[in-house]
Amino acid sequence: MKAMICKQDRKLAIYHILIAYLAFLIGTFLGLLQVFIRNDGLELPKWLDYYQVLTAHGVLLALVFTTYFIFAFFITGMSKTLGDFGPKARLVLWLGFLVTTIGTVIATFMIIIGEASVLYTFYAPLQANGWYYVGLALFIVGTWLSGFALVGHYVSWKKSNRKQLSPLFAFMTISTIILWKIACLGVVATVLFQFIPWAFGWVDTINVELSRSLFWYFGHPLVYFWLLPAYMAWYLVIPKLVGVEVFSDSLARLAFILFILFSIPVGFHHQLVDPGISSFWKFLQTSLTFMVIIPSLMTAFSLFGTFERSGRRKGGRGLFGWFFKLPWKDVRFTSIFIAMFFFIPGGAGGIINASFQLNELIHNTLWVVGHFHITVGTPVTMTFMGITFWLIPYLTGRKLTKTIQKLAFIQIITWSIGMVLMSTAQHILGLLGAPRRTAYSAYNNHPTAMEWFNGLISNHITMAIGGTILFFSAMLLIFIVIYSLFLLPKADSLGDRVEFPIAMSDNKDTPKFLENWWLWIGISFALIAIAYTIPLMDLIQHAPPGSKGFKMW
Amino acid sequence: MHFHRYEKIWLGFGIFSLVLFLSIVGVSAFGFNHHPTGGLDTIDPEKVEETPPFDQPGVKRLDENTYEVAIIAEAFGYSPNNIEVPVGKEIIFRVTSKDVTHSFSIINTNVNMMVVPGQISEKSYTFKKTGDFLILCNEYCGTGHHYMQAEIKVVE
Repeated sequence: MKAMICKQDRKLAIYHILIAYLAFLIGTFLGLLQVFIRNDGLELPKWLDYYQVLTAHGVLLALVFTTYFIFAFFITGMSKTLGDFGPKARLVLWLGFLVTTIGTVIATFMIIIGEASVLYTFYAPLQANGWYYVGLALFIVGTWLSGFALVGHYVSWKKSNRKQLSPLFAFMTISTIILWKIACLGVVATVLFQFIPWAFGWVDTINVELSRSLFWYFGHPLVYFWLLPAYMAWYLVIPKLVGVEVFSDSLARLAFILFILFSIPVGFHHQLVDPGISSFWKFLQTSLTFMVIIPSLMTAFSLFGTFERSGRRKGGRGLFGWFFKLPWKDVRFTSIFIAMFFFIPGGAGGIINASFQLNELIHNTLWVVGHFHITVGTPVTMTFMGITFWLIPYLTGRKLTKTIQKLAFIQIITWSIGMVLMSTAQHILGLLGAPRRTAYSAYNNHPTAMEWFNGLISNHITMAIGGTILFFSAMLLIFIVIYSLFLLPKADSLGDRVEFPIAMSDNKDTPKFLENWWLWIGISFALIAIAYTIPLMDLIQHAPPGSKGFKMW
Repeated sequence: MHFHRYEKIWLGFGIFSLVLFLSIVGVSAFGFNHHPTGGLDTIDPEKVEETPPFDQPGVKRLDENTYEVAIIAEAFGYSPNNIEVPVGKEIIFRVTSKDVTHSFSIINTNVNMMVVPGQISEKSYTFKKTGDFLILCNEYCGTGHHYMQAEIKVVE
């Protein structure tokens, strides 16, 4: 494994990071606008609608920021662990970048001109301009191209290293790409065969419930597409930072395989209160949903095992002595630790949401928004922040100065405080019944609605204060990103350089079948067939007359 | 594959809890008929007002202990938007949409369902106390989404 990857690969990664943080900058600003609109503190100009702002916030942060950052991380790590990309793989990566970016620009443009205020879930029969869907389709196609390039790079490594298990980073990257490609089949099917023909007027109507089901076939594993790269940092970067090897190579691989198997045939848990799907299938998918608890528990065990092993090696004694020996002053570690910590309530909330009957209590309330922000909004995003602090200097060959490290600490701490305030308020408001995805409304001063916002924490002020702190934190991060890209001092000697922390993983005892991809892809498709064939056939065969498009904004 | 002894205990405990948890949910669902909202009937979204029970939306008494409430959702309201039902009786809500996807959510109850055009959502609920309940739409349906509301009065 080389210390530094080649220049062309670094350039690729840096371009991905640039777009990721451009989206982050705009997306978080729109988030700030929302908390103030919601407490009636701000009125938007006539040409800008709350739901337009909300659509852009979702698309730019949940789709664009995450995806570009993930590919920057993958490109750097794959080049580091498997060697420089060949000319063909590099060309396809650039092509993928280009297509994804064209898609992003088209979709964003449609949102800005007010032709696509349909939110990032774009539920039919709200109908956006056909080009919005074309933009989304291109976005997916672009990520597929980049994914194929990474797979190609892996295959050529395999060819010259026969009978060897791949490095753990590459294994996890390929798992994530496989998960992404299988997941995208649903959204590609609905966008290509339902939305685009309908939005351009080639067909008159759309089968709404089918489109919802195909969307959520994709929508849930999408969450794991964000989460698995963060897990990669937890499994591979964290042990290095605390000075130990990977806890168990085989269990890490097994966990990723289980995520491929159990994150896809489960989309109905987002449709538990939908009509048109029988209770049996909802329950079957609920059961499959909960299977991801197993790899999650494995991950938690490995992480705490890693912490304890490291702390004890450094002389920590007693039951919890190891805890104080962890490198708390290292922002690369602390950022990711806090991210993991947020995932404890985040994961528990997820179990509540997917709990069949219990879903009725919180479905589409602000609780879900709170949940979203302490899963993708903090565990995933803050892990990405923690990676950013060293990844950019690593790619630009600069030194990570003390000042920037201090700023990074302020940044992650403010983000945590802001998120605790905002998401706690959202969770409580949601339990009381306050709906999500709404502009300011007191429902004609209905007493029920007035009560929601009178709590100590459950009020508009808490949410606005949280949102403001978060925005401050986001801008600090943008400053750190720009500074790391252009202004940090160049590292002259090798010792000055920032490293890509990646732990050793002993794969002597790792069973070979874990890397038998066709086996896992086969099982994955079998599970999908079991969970989806009959209910989807039902939705097609017993379809009501379809719906025309509506533009309600 | 090597599992640490503690990990075996941890995973064993986790999997046991998981099975127990799913059994409780499953028994509650299929043994005690406690399912989330559903409804498998379909309807032509352009002919809602000609199709029973939506041709005469509102409250209808089925028998002494059961009432049916048919409601049409459309941007940005419900019809009828002011209904009265008795406390302690089974109320079967049937809701459908004339245009886009909405929700029908009665705050402070377990009635919270998606209303999808072409489908009829159905939920049976028994109010335990009297009072005025707020009904609102919690699925984004357009510019006026946050004004979409109705009221249900529960009386003796």
